[in-house]
Amino acid sequence: MTNVALTSEPRVSESGLIAALRHARYVLRDNAVTGFAFALFLLIVLAAVLGPAIVPHDPLASDTAAALKPPSWGHWFGTDQLGRDVLSRVVVATRLDFLIALTSVALVFLLGGLAGVAAGFFGGWTDRVVGRIADTIMAFPLFVLAMGIVAALGNTVQNIVLATAIVNFPLYARVARAESNILRNAGFVHAARLCGNGELRILLAQVLPNIMPIMVVQMSLTMGYAILNAAGLSFIGLGVRPPTPEWGIMVAEGAAFMVSGEWWIAFFPGAALMLAVFCFNLLGDGLRDIVDPRRRT
Amino acid sequence: MLSMILKRMLAAAPSLVGVIIVTFLLTRALPGDPAAYFAGPAATQEAIEQIRVKLGLDKPLYLQFIRYVADLAHGDLGDSLTTGQPVAQELKSRLPASAELTLLGLIVSMAIAVPLGILAATRPNSLIDHCCRVIATAGVSLPVFFTGLLLVYVFYYLLGWAPAPLGRLDVFFSPPPQITGFYLIDSALAGDGELFLASLKQLILPALTLGIFALAPIARMTRASMLAALSSDFVRTARASGLTPFTVTVTYAFRNAMLPVVTTLGMVFSFLLGANVLVEKVFAWPGIGSFAVEALIASDFAPLQGFVLTMAVMYVALNLLIDILYGVIDPRVRIEA
Repeated sequence: MTNVALTSEPRVSESGLIAALRHARYVLRDNAVTGFAFALFLLIVLAAVLGPAIVPHDPLASDTAAALKPPSWGHWFGTDQLGRDVLSRVVVATRLDFLIALTSVALVFLLGGLAGVAAGFFGGWTDRVVGRIADTIMAFPLFVLAMGIVAALGNTVQNIVLATAIVNFPLYARVARAESNILRNAGFVHAARLCGNGELRILLAQVLPNIMPIMVVQMSLTMGYAILNAAGLSFIGLGVRPPTPEWGIMVAEGAAFMVSGEWWIAFFPGAALMLAVFCFNLLGDGLRDIVDPRRRT
Repeated sequence: MLSMILKRMLAAAPSLVGVIIVTFLLTRALPGDPAAYFAGPAATQEAIEQIRVKLGLDKPLYLQFIRYVADLAHGDLGDSLTTGQPVAQELKSRLPASAELTLLGLIVSMAIAVPLGILAATRPNSLIDHCCRVIATAGVSLPVFFTGLLLVYVFYYLLGWAPAPLGRLDVFFSPPPQITGFYLIDSALAGDGELFLASLKQLILPALTLGIFALAPIARMTRASMLAALSSDFVRTARASGLTPFTVTVTYAFRNAMLPVVTTLGMVFSFLLGANVLVEKVFAWPGIGSFAVEALIASDFAPLQGFVLTMAVMYVALNLLIDILYGVIDPRVRIEA
């Protein structure tokens, strides 16, 4: 934590953008894998933002005459059972999968992060209530709980986001709790209190910003899991509905053709899914090594 | 020892209570009218009323909860809409299929991950260490249904080594007489070698799929705790006493390094039980996961609720077992308790 503060603070005098780029170059220099993951991340963001504008075909347009064609120059990833272009569908799906994961991670950061910070800072009954909720969620196999939540609350994309956020709650609450529990006796917290700041203000203005580096690492690590979880749920028929392009559903649709040799329908969305998760896991590991080298395994 | 086990069992009680409350709340959180939901889409108004009274949904919430717990105590999980069968019975008949698959998956991943972790720890920064790292990261990144499909494509379609991914046994075989419900054990007990091979062939791909998914946490933890054990004082002493590297690694370091690995098994089981659902769907495995998926598609809530509850109770029990196992391996835990 202090590392990051030391290397980024003194350069404030330079213009912001140059300083940020220099810092990024410094960080990425000894870490080629993290650099690769970062490039992959930019590619994913690009596909998510531009997706529908850059694809060669309409992802929903079917053409039964060209159904089940293997990869070729016209269709790089082949066509599916309805003759839709697999490449276009894979690229367009990026936005939805990325958004599901991003919103669920943002949501769990708000819910779990704040609950955990409060639990560690105040202790007492706040700590007990948050701890009990986290323990109860952890008593379930997480994917099974997510299934139950989506089935009970209704089969919609919003509920997939919510379920993914709920099953990740204990992770965030625990990390935030451990960090803020250490910080609550830090010198600057006492100083802020002596200056007459209220407890809530200290929590939000002093403690929370100081646990952000660890929380950002946590977010990057759980992004991968969130994508996997959402894709798994749509693979078994929850949430996103066909014909909407989404990686999990596309793999599910292609599954039946795998046994008869038409591998490309399920392979490309599955590979995209794998790359995205791989990218977030590597990025999370790399960020963690920078922020907190002790946890490296 | 006995008092420690009792203590651990008491500590698991709050988790169990939490699980029961959550599964109860999940039913009540159903959008709209739960009675209409349980009655199915084609039900008439009278039928819905009838079900409302039958399920006690006209009573206050705390009475409903008491009733729910009482039903659970009798092993009553309600009836399935689609089959009309009691959910508990259906789950019971399908459970061995899931358990056999999950346990074999765990064995496969332990068999690969533990040696890999040890080799990586004894040769830090070597090729095998980097391999361990890449395999571990790739293992968690692979969506389990995707791994399953790839294995089917390669080993069934391309190579023809594996049978079609359609359940526990080829249609030409009939299942062995039921003793444990595990086809591998039952066929071995019946002395039927051909049947044993046939069920092993069906099992191997789904078990491998699960194993690959669970590989990462075990390999990482084995590597990390072996590294810690190998740099400790007692290993240095053992080395200085002139013991062979093998004895030092296996007898001295490994036994101590296993403790954190056993602790991660809790997380591994959370992965395995969740991934089980997806693997069962890919391989048409007739376990409780595919039962739940079928119920989901039919909007049949009682089986799903029973499934979530069964999985959670099993998971709590497994964690309890891991806790007790920990006490068996590490005598220090016993003394504290």
